[in-house]
Amino acid sequence: MKYVIPLALFVVLVVFLAIGLGRDPHVVPSALIDKPAPDFALPELRDPTKIVSPKDMRGKVWLLNVWGSWCVACREEHPFLIEIARSGAVPIYGLSWKDKREDALAVLGELGDPYVLNLSDFDGRVAIDYGITGAPETYLIDKNGVIRYKEPGQLTPEIMKDKILPLVAELNR
Amino acid sequence: MFCDHHTNILKTKRFFLSLVLLASLPGFSLAKEAAPASADPVLEERVMKLSKELRCLVCQNETLADSRADLAEDLRNQIREQMKAGKSDKEIIAYLTARYGKFILYNPPIDPTTYLLWFGPFVLLLGGLVVLFRYVKQRRELIVEQPLSADDRLRAEALLKTVPDKETA
Repeated sequence: MKYVIPLALFVVLVVFLAIGLGRDPHVVPSALIDKPAPDFALPELRDPTKIVSPKDMRGKVWLLNVWGSWCVACREEHPFLIEIARSGAVPIYGLSWKDKREDALAVLGELGDPYVLNLSDFDGRVAIDYGITGAPETYLIDKNGVIRYKEPGQLTPEIMKDKILPLVAELNR
Repeated sequence: MFCDHHTNILKTKRFFLSLVLLASLPGFSLAKEAAPASADPVLEERVMKLSKELRCLVCQNETLADSRADLAEDLRNQIREQMKAGKSDKEIIAYLTARYGKFILYNPPIDPTTYLLWFGPFVLLLGGLVVLFRYVKQRRELIVEQPLSADDRLRAEALLKTVPDKETA
């Protein structure tokens, strides 16, 4: 009986630590879920004379993938993006973040291009508007231009299968 | 190694000497070298003051003011621009929390999600006090005073008498 209270306190502590330490501190919950995707007007990467805005994607469910040629994790993610693009499940638009045009184009030439098109956010202004904390990050945006999901890190087959694809199916209905 | 170090010191000395000589030249001021990042020191101070209240999202235990991460620099630039555009500190904080959430605030605000953080320690303290009082009360009840018997009194007096005067003084 004497040990019940300390044991109970210990169990509570263990539960708190298990939850707390199991979390990735770099995963900051996005404040933009279910909010309209911030507007922008950015030059396209391949053809900088073409200015693209999220309004151009109205009526589509699409992924916005933030990447940079300087980002190692993006390079790791790249083959999977190509796989998604091949499957035709959902179109991927790239946000070329804090990059140089020739470097970004070189990566696409070397590893292949999974993007419908790329937006050049070389000074990182739009990235701040989207609350980006690092690359890669991916947003799922619905037909009305509302952000429905954010993956703060690499896309994996598991995340795609369990979270994104079901949402895409639901939003396309 | 030692030699390298030594020549380095000599070089440094020479460097400072030339600096002093340069500074003594008319029209030359050393202070000019440490020009602030922006031409407006008042604005710069405001930027730094606000960025001390904000969290760097890359190295999360640093404030935006202390961090040298690229993103922190971009965010400081953003703050600087918005200040130049005449936005108040409150408006800028609202802009940033709308995008990065309350996480960006280095000082956590008091709201339902942080009640445990702010008031938890006081609850623990109160709990500790309750346990302490109960324990002390319980102990007090356990102590039963026993009157000294006549024999014990005599023994105690005898013992006290044997103590040398020096120590009792």
